[in-house]
Amino acid sequence: MSDIAAGNEHHHHHPFLQHHFEDLGQQHEASTLGMWMFLSTEILFFGGILCAYWIYRVMYPEAWALAAHQQNALYGGINTIVLIISSLTMALAVRAAQLGSRTWQLIMLFTTLIFGSIFLVVKGIEYSMHWHEGLFPGSHFTWHEHPALAQKVQLFMCFYWGMTGLHALHMVIGAGLLLWIIGRAWRNDFGPEYYAPVEIMGLYWHFVDIVWIFLFPFLYLIHGVHHG
Amino acid sequence: MTTATLHDVRLSGATTSRNYINDEYGALSWLLTKDHKRIAILYLLSISVLFVLGGFFAMMMRIELLTPAGDLLTSDTYNKFFTLHGVVMIFFFLIPAIPAVLGNFLLPIQLGAKDLAFPKINLLSWYLYMAAAIIGLVVIVTGGVDTGWTFYTPFSTQYSNTHVFGTTFAAFIAGFSSILTGLNFIVTIHRMRAPGLTWYRLPLFVWALYATSVVMLLATPVLAITLTMLMIERTIGVGFFDPSLGGDPLLYQHMFWFYSHPAVYIMILPAMGVASDVVAAFTRKKIFGYRFVAFSSLAIAFLGFLVWAHHMFVAGISVYSALIFAFLSFFVAVPSAIKVFNWTATLYRASVSWQTPMLYILGFIGLFTIGGVTGLFLASLGLDIHVTDTYFVVAHFHYVMVGGTVMAYLAGIHYWWPKITGRMYPEWWARLAALLVFVGFNLTFFPQFILGYLGMPRRYHAYAPEFQVLNVLSTAGASVLAVGYVLPIIYLVWSIWFGRPAGPNPWGAVGLEWTTSSPPPKENFHETPVVTWDAYDYPAMMKAMGETQNV
Repeated sequence: MSDIAAGNEHHHHHPFLQHHFEDLGQQHEASTLGMWMFLSTEILFFGGILCAYWIYRVMYPEAWALAAHQQNALYGGINTIVLIISSLTMALAVRAAQLGSRTWQLIMLFTTLIFGSIFLVVKGIEYSMHWHEGLFPGSHFTWHEHPALAQKVQLFMCFYWGMTGLHALHMVIGAGLLLWIIGRAWRNDFGPEYYAPVEIMGLYWHFVDIVWIFLFPFLYLIHGVHHG
Repeated sequence: MTTATLHDVRLSGATTSRNYINDEYGALSWLLTKDHKRIAILYLLSISVLFVLGGFFAMMMRIELLTPAGDLLTSDTYNKFFTLHGVVMIFFFLIPAIPAVLGNFLLPIQLGAKDLAFPKINLLSWYLYMAAAIIGLVVIVTGGVDTGWTFYTPFSTQYSNTHVFGTTFAAFIAGFSSILTGLNFIVTIHRMRAPGLTWYRLPLFVWALYATSVVMLLATPVLAITLTMLMIERTIGVGFFDPSLGGDPLLYQHMFWFYSHPAVYIMILPAMGVASDVVAAFTRKKIFGYRFVAFSSLAIAFLGFLVWAHHMFVAGISVYSALIFAFLSFFVAVPSAIKVFNWTATLYRASVSWQTPMLYILGFIGLFTIGGVTGLFLASLGLDIHVTDTYFVVAHFHYVMVGGTVMAYLAGIHYWWPKITGRMYPEWWARLAALLVFVGFNLTFFPQFILGYLGMPRRYHAYAPEFQVLNVLSTAGASVLAVGYVLPIIYLVWSIWFGRPAGPNPWGAVGLEWTTSSPPPKENFHETPVVTWDAYDYPAMMKAMGETQNV
């Protein structure tokens, strides 16, 4: 309560203070909490399909091992590293905003955007390979190695395309948001007093990164389940 | 009259000043508004239209069921009508009704805030709702959907040739509207409370909305991903849930009910919040066991996530998991009963004012109790196997959803109508409507308990002739109920122009919303209120009134 009284002295001056907040501190806390709440929704969203994936994994361990073997762990690994670096640069962008350095903000945000784009390009290459290998589910699906397991491998590929597709969609949205944040950083909107948009952008970006950290082992690495 | 209070004296004459309604004019000032009160009005108008539409489907079904033969609607049309009745009423009326209309309007005011934390997101959630509703309407006009509101696979993915994709897509979009509302409410309750408004000073309506929002936030995304998988399966013919392609249809049911059981609590929890506020206002007492009532909302929200498979007892799940889910389902009765007992204890030896909101809430308490107790019948494995998919189930959830949620929604609409519009509704007509709703409701749905117990299955347009008497009673009740619902629409609209000006606090109620003018100004309060009193501090207010009268 005392900080609200203190906030009254300067709250009506900052250009980015919305009218319904008492001060920038309250606005900042509201927007970060809002993003955390949104991410908890996202966890349940990805959690649903991950849970379904896991149930079928337990039901069909052999098919899952075979199908995971089809994935190119090199591309997946490169993408993992790319995303981790992008998370680092995103964190540094938040730091630069807090310190009020426009130059470093722009450098770090651009680097994040570039690494995000590299991820999407690599993912696109993988998608195109799978498409030509006939690993897109539906009428084009082709699989000759173990005909008995073909349907189950197709089911794995449903999850592969579904989960990586949703993740990639989140990446594209994140790239769009980055462009918007870069525009605002260019106008020098952010500084020690007001940097919440960069921070919540960072929260979102790290979350999308963490989703990949789960998807990568589940879809690419864990094929060592022994025959049932 | 006992309705004049301190606030009346202090604020009388303020009603003619500028308020959120006359602050700006023109359609755009409403369609682009970021004011939570105006957005609440937008929701009120849109959900009312959808309620009438859902009611139309219900009425057509009841008319069809007047006779044992399927003579008015073909079985295909009947399938579409019960599906559309469920989809419209659940996704477009019951889920948004109390949170998005009353919650939107009142939450910031009850917190002493100027608005919700994210006004633009609030407007966005109304547009998402409208987008979903329009997709739903297009589906209805172009031929409808016949899967039942649960969209069970494999019928929904392989066999139904109606608009399953459009309907599930509409539900998907409506889900995001609901998520954004929940997110907005949680952040607002955490971060926007007025100075001095501690958690235990919050009205129980706010606690109920908080618990509701948690469920919206954590359950709805699971529906979103489930419907996404269903849409993918239906579109490109893969087999997430198709046994012939390695999938499992039971998984769909698990994932669907993981949302849709908690969704029941999205519908009933806000109703319980309205009940607490109204009971306190019309008994002039503090709610007995305030903290128990507050935490029972959170307990219901939590337990709601652990009971979903009681919808699947006859679907072929293992008997052991069915036992555990039956056991857990009984637990939901504990916090629900805590609420009912505490309301009853509040009513005990109170001087109750028999005004319309209180009439609805008294109806609510009784009908919700019947709905809740019959829920325990259904949670008992053996009995559930006997009455599953019969009219017993239909009667049970209508006692909770209509007897509970709709009654409380009407109570809330009447209780806060003077605040929303600045006008009183006509009390005599409102009491008549409340009576018609209560009588009509019981006449409609009580016979269905008996019908179900005797074995009449749900979802058929024809039935055995021995069930006709009870069905005729039910249809007669539905007609009374329809009159009871149409009356408020008429006299509430009438009261906007011809109602008696309400003044800031027509009920002499305690709560921040009654300290500002009716209708409230755009910024809710002219200066941020400082709260120094507990929720429902009627004893202190009565004492203060006694003192001023002595002076």
